[in-house]
Amino acid sequence: MDHKEFIRGGTALSEDEIKSGKIFVEEDALDCRYAWDTGVAIGRYLAELKKGKIIAKKTNCCDRIMIPPRMFCELCYRPSGAWTYVQDTGVVNTFSISNIYYDASRVPSGEPNPMPAVIEIDGASKGMGIMHLLGEVKPEDVKIGMKVKAVWKPESERTGSITDIEYFKPY
Amino acid sequence: MRKVAVVGAGMTKFARRALETPKELSYQASKAALDSAGMKLKDIDCVAHGSAPDAFDGIHQKGEYLADGCGGWNKPTMRVFVGGATGVHAIAHGWYHVASGLADTCLVVCEEKMSSAMPHAQAFFLTIFDAITERALGLNLIWIFALEMKRYMERYGYTKEDMALSAMKNKNQGLKHPASQFYGGNELTVEDILNSEVMASPVSRLDVSPVSDGAAAIVLASERTARRLTDKPVWIEGVGWCLDTAYWATRDLYYPRYTEIAARKAYKMAGIREPHKEINIAEPYDPFGYKQLHHMEGLLLSPKGKTVELLRDGHFDMDGNLPMCPSGGLLGVGNPIAAAGTLKLCELFWQLRGEAGERQVPGNPRLGVAQAWGDLMQVSSVVVMGINNA
Repeated sequence: MDHKEFIRGGTALSEDEIKSGKIFVEEDALDCRYAWDTGVAIGRYLAELKKGKIIAKKTNCCDRIMIPPRMFCELCYRPSGAWTYVQDTGVVNTFSISNIYYDASRVPSGEPNPMPAVIEIDGASKGMGIMHLLGEVKPEDVKIGMKVKAVWKPESERTGSITDIEYFKPY
Repeated sequence: MRKVAVVGAGMTKFARRALETPKELSYQASKAALDSAGMKLKDIDCVAHGSAPDAFDGIHQKGEYLADGCGGWNKPTMRVFVGGATGVHAIAHGWYHVASGLADTCLVVCEEKMSSAMPHAQAFFLTIFDAITERALGLNLIWIFALEMKRYMERYGYTKEDMALSAMKNKNQGLKHPASQFYGGNELTVEDILNSEVMASPVSRLDVSPVSDGAAAIVLASERTARRLTDKPVWIEGVGWCLDTAYWATRDLYYPRYTEIAARKAYKMAGIREPHKEINIAEPYDPFGYKQLHHMEGLLLSPKGKTVELLRDGHFDMDGNLPMCPSGGLLGVGNPIAAAGTLKLCELFWQLRGEAGERQVPGNPRLGVAQAWGDLMQVSSVVVMGINNA
């Protein structure tokens, strides 16, 4: 028996069929709104970001310093311990230079390319990083292992958000 | 636990945009799978179906919407969802129903329609990230795969050309799959891939599998039922799955340890001690060129950091020691998220029965492994399938 017999349907529509209105399309635009409570651990994390500081949480069970902070150690499944400040510096673990925004639309020419990176935060356990953006660096100069420091928004503009750090820059 | 066999497989073509609704796609794939097993819906005891984010369809609780297309009404029907890993996870889930003795037969159906989401399905991935600490940074999946690809390349000194070679292999193999949107098309060169538009470095457009609509299905049966239905049952020898941390920036992206844990569970169940010697066909999940190499290492089918060397040596070619993605995979056929994993199970079924036509791996392959990967890039599902063709 040939498997081709059991491949059916999946009728491809052409650009022309779509654009010329030969097929019927029902459109809708959902408007979903949410107000998320930031919780105990992340609530404190955001409050500290507003002050221009990065806070982590220690575990009592496995000697880790966790960032973002959590109320429990997900590995040992025990309550976490003391709050502890970590540095606002770190090391680039990996990065990308992007030509697209989140919705896959292209970055217009002349606009800066977003440079997402995983940054291992100094003072947290080895390998504990956060995702953020890089700035004040030419794309071709970004390297894995590069030391970077947070660039904070002016205090009056901070809202208690991950974007209170505008980006990380080499130092 | 009872032995479980795959007795039928079917799928739709994978299209960039399909005329059919999600239900209609599910019906077509399911009906084809039932026909291939010589069964009717009344012969099916239960249904296991899988589909990825509800947001693609804009239909909340999509499982209930899809259920009739999946043949699930008036039967025990369950939907599973672990993002991209769904297509293989659903088989593990269906396997339980039959292995436990609860059911003699189970229809496993996975479907995805990505084209309804406007203007591009990628935008909907923003909402799978942490709502408070990540979403405000405006990220998407291409970004985090770029971060992982970069980390993997850096670790072993792999080049963009190495990764393009991997993508090219599957893209060109997919030209031989009748369900592929590129079926019968022209081959690509490494240069085509290297010269394609950079989306987020190091990811270029042709390093990525195409967004698609489609469905795929298989039929599972207990040993007694399977032997009555066919003289070529394909046995599910082992299943395994594993979820790693969703704090994805806190683990080293160079190695998929969740894949290794899942694979070890599946191999143990299958009695496999040396997977790289015993497995005849591998269908690792390949949404990106780099990713299938990454997964081959996690599946213990290639030594860490040696995978490009093996790829270049032809080890993973159709006539190599361990043919990799003979289906053409997601890169070559298409990537309708949940259905893409099931495509790999369909391929193993056809390959192990010698029914894969012009894609048939030579030498009567006996044992194959399929794997899928998903959620927030931290889940793997693994299924080992085999045939006794002594």
